[in-house]
Amino acid sequence: MLSAANIAQILMSGLLMGLIYALIAAGLSLIFGLMDVVNFAHGEFLMTAMYATFGLVVMLSLDPLILSPIVAAIMFVVGAFCYRAIIVHAMRARTNVGMVQVFATFGLAIVIRGLAQFAFTPDYRSIPKSWLGGQTFSVLGVYMPAPQLAGALASLIAFGALWLLMKKTDFGKALEATREDAGAVGLVGIDRNRVFAMGWGLGAALVGLAGAILSIFYYIHPDVGGPFALIAYVTVALGGFGSVFGALAAGVIVGIVEAVSATVLQPSMKAIGIYAVYLLVVFLRPRGLFGNL
Amino acid sequence: MLEVKSLTTTYEGLVAISDVSLSVAAREIVAVVGANGAGKSTLLKTLAGMERPASGRILFEGEDIAGSPTHRVNMLGIALVPEGRRLFPRLSVRDNLRLGSYLHRRKSDREAPLDTVFKLFPRLAERLDQRAETLSGGEQQMLAIGRALMTRPRLLMLDEPSQGIMPKLVDEILDSVRTIREAGTTVLIVEQRLAETLEIADRAYVLQTGRVVMSGPAKEIAGNEDVRRAYLGI
Repeated sequence: MLSAANIAQILMSGLLMGLIYALIAAGLSLIFGLMDVVNFAHGEFLMTAMYATFGLVVMLSLDPLILSPIVAAIMFVVGAFCYRAIIVHAMRARTNVGMVQVFATFGLAIVIRGLAQFAFTPDYRSIPKSWLGGQTFSVLGVYMPAPQLAGALASLIAFGALWLLMKKTDFGKALEATREDAGAVGLVGIDRNRVFAMGWGLGAALVGLAGAILSIFYYIHPDVGGPFALIAYVTVALGGFGSVFGALAAGVIVGIVEAVSATVLQPSMKAIGIYAVYLLVVFLRPRGLFGNL
Repeated sequence: MLEVKSLTTTYEGLVAISDVSLSVAAREIVAVVGANGAGKSTLLKTLAGMERPASGRILFEGEDIAGSPTHRVNMLGIALVPEGRRLFPRLSVRDNLRLGSYLHRRKSDREAPLDTVFKLFPRLAERLDQRAETLSGGEQQMLAIGRALMTRPRLLMLDEPSQGIMPKLVDEILDSVRTIREAGTTVLIVEQRLAETLEIADRAYVLQTGRVVMSGPAKEIAGNEDVRRAYLGI
C-alpha cells in the first residue's frame, strides 16, 4: 500500500515535472492563441535549445543554469526568424491556408531534425558535469532532484514574467489585441507581422528555457523533442487552446497524472494515464479546462 | 489632401469598385453615398490598405500609398473607423483607446487625444474599465471613433457610423463628426443615410455599382430628384 510519504513523493515529482511540461507547452499555446497556427516544430525547437546548451557548455565551460537565459535569447531569434522566413509565407496561401500552415511547420520540423542528425549524428549526448546534475534536496522526507526543482522554478518565473508582460505593458496589450482581431490592429498603426514575429520569438524562448534545463538531466539527441512535443499538445488541449495560463494548470495536472500512472501501473506505462485524461477531456469538455473557443 | 485616381479593386475576381476618382481637401467633410453593395466599404478599405487595389493611385499629401499595408497608412495620418467597428471586444475601453496611441512614444502625445475623445464622448470616460463588448452599439461606435482619433489622424474615414445604432445616437455621432472637423481633422464618410449625411457634408460623391456617377456640393446632391430616385432607391 501507499503510505502518506509515498503519496507526497509522487505528488512532488509530478508537480516538478508538470511545471516543466507547462513551460514547454506555454510557447505552443501562445503561438496558437495569437494566430491559430499549431507549431508542429515545437519539439524540434526544444531539441535545438538542448543542443545549443550542450554546445555552449562545451565552448564556454559555463553551467547550463547560467546559460539558460542566453539559450532562451538565442531561441527567441530562431523563433522570430522561422516566422519571418517561413510562416509568414505560409499564411499568404490563397487556398487552404490551414493545411499549408500545418505542412509548413511539419516540414520545418523534419528539416530541423534532419539538420541535427546530419550535424550531430543520432548519438546520444549528455552534459557530464553541472552544478545541479545528480543533486537532490530533501524536505520532510520528500526528495526533489535539483535539476527538476530548477526547471519548476524557472517555469514559475517565466509564467510570472509572461503575466506581467501581457497585463502590464503596452506590448502585452498589442499582443492581446492581435489575439482578438489580428486584422484590426493595423487600424491603430500596429504591424501585425511584427507582433506575430515577437510571438514566435517568445514562444521559442519559453521552450528554449525549458530545453536548457532539460539538458542537465536528459540525453540530447535529434529525436528528443518528439515525446515532449506530444505531451505539450496534450497539455495545450487540456488547458484550452490558446490559454497560456490554462497550460500552466494543465501542465501540472499532466505531470501528476504521469507520476501517479508510473506508480499505480508501471513506469513504462506512465504515458497511458496522460492520454487517458486527454481522451476524457476531449469527450467531456472539448474546449479544454480553461479554453474559451 | 487626398487624391484618388482611377482606383479599381477586385474582390475574389469581381470588380468591386471601378475607375473611381475623387479628391478631399484639407478640413473638408466629404461624403460617399450610394445603395447597399455600391462599393462604398471596398473604397474605404482600399484607401486604408485593408484591400489591395488592382490599379489606380492613392495620393495622400502627395505620396502614393496605394497597396501600402494598413499600419503604414495609419502612421501616415489616415485612420479608418471600419464597418462593424472591429473593436477588441475583450479588452477594456481604456485599453482599446490606449492601443490607438500605442505608437506615440511621448507621454504628452498619448494623453492629449484622450481629453479630446472624452470631451467628444463623455460616456466613454464613465465606462473606462468595462470590456468593449459590454457597450451598447452606439457606445461601441463612439469607442471606435475614439480609438481612431487616438492615432491623431489628419484624415478620418468613417464607414457607416450609423449602422446598428438607435436613431437618437445617430444624431449624436453625426454631430461629433462636425466637431471633429472643427478641431482640424478632415473627414471622409460613407453612409447609407442620405439626408443626415448630406446635411453635415460639404461635398458628396454618389457611387453606383462601383462607379462614381455624380459628384458635387452636398446641397445639390441632396436636392437632386434623379439622385434620390435612381441611385439611392428612395
